[in-house]
Amino acid sequence: MSSGAAWVEAIVSVFIVIAGVFALIGSIGLARLPDFFTRLHGPSKATTLGIGSTIVAAAIYFSSTGPGLSLRELLISLFVSITTPVSAHLLAKAALQRHSPAASSSPSGRRRPMV
Amino acid sequence: MLTISIRIAFALFALALVLNVLRLLRGPDLVDRALALDTLHVNAAAMLVLYGIALGSARYYEAALLIAMLGFLSTIALAKYLTRGDIIE
Repeated sequence: MSSGAAWVEAIVSVFIVIAGVFALIGSIGLARLPDFFTRLHGPSKATTLGIGSTIVAAAIYFSSTGPGLSLRELLISLFVSITTPVSAHLLAKAALQRHSPAASSSPSGRRRPMV
Repeated sequence: MLTISIRIAFALFALALVLNVLRLLRGPDLVDRALALDTLHVNAAAMLVLYGIALGSARYYEAALLIAMLGFLSTIALAKYLTRGDIIE
């Protein structure tokens, strides 16, 4: 499938499996944590790392099998890293506005919104 | 070794997508569903890049970039609508 050396395949394989593991960990956190404010943390960081690792693997793979150094893929990673905190912040503000019920064990279980 | 690791990664990403859909169906409030949709968008973009590696073609990167951008925009629009009732003040 690829015309690169075996160690390039090994590095790409490691990064791809790491990306899958991060995405799975983030999604397990999304599916199992008790309330919305705890569910906000896990998927944001884990999906950023997941897509970042996939992009690094793709950059290494296509640089080794293509004509030149292909760094265009790092644009997605930069975009996702910049926009994920913005999305998380706006979703948290929306949840506070709607008085989303918080589990009593999390520190955000207050009665009035902060904004 | 690359084919085996691509299959393992596809299985992991598929399981992650199923868990996101589970939260999408189950989330008690609308913001939970908005968060599940945003995570679905980013995971789908990662899976598209993985598909491009599996096929050996660098053309799927643009589709992944588009999906990531659309996911961010729709999450922002949904969050602003749920906060205030309109999207552009």
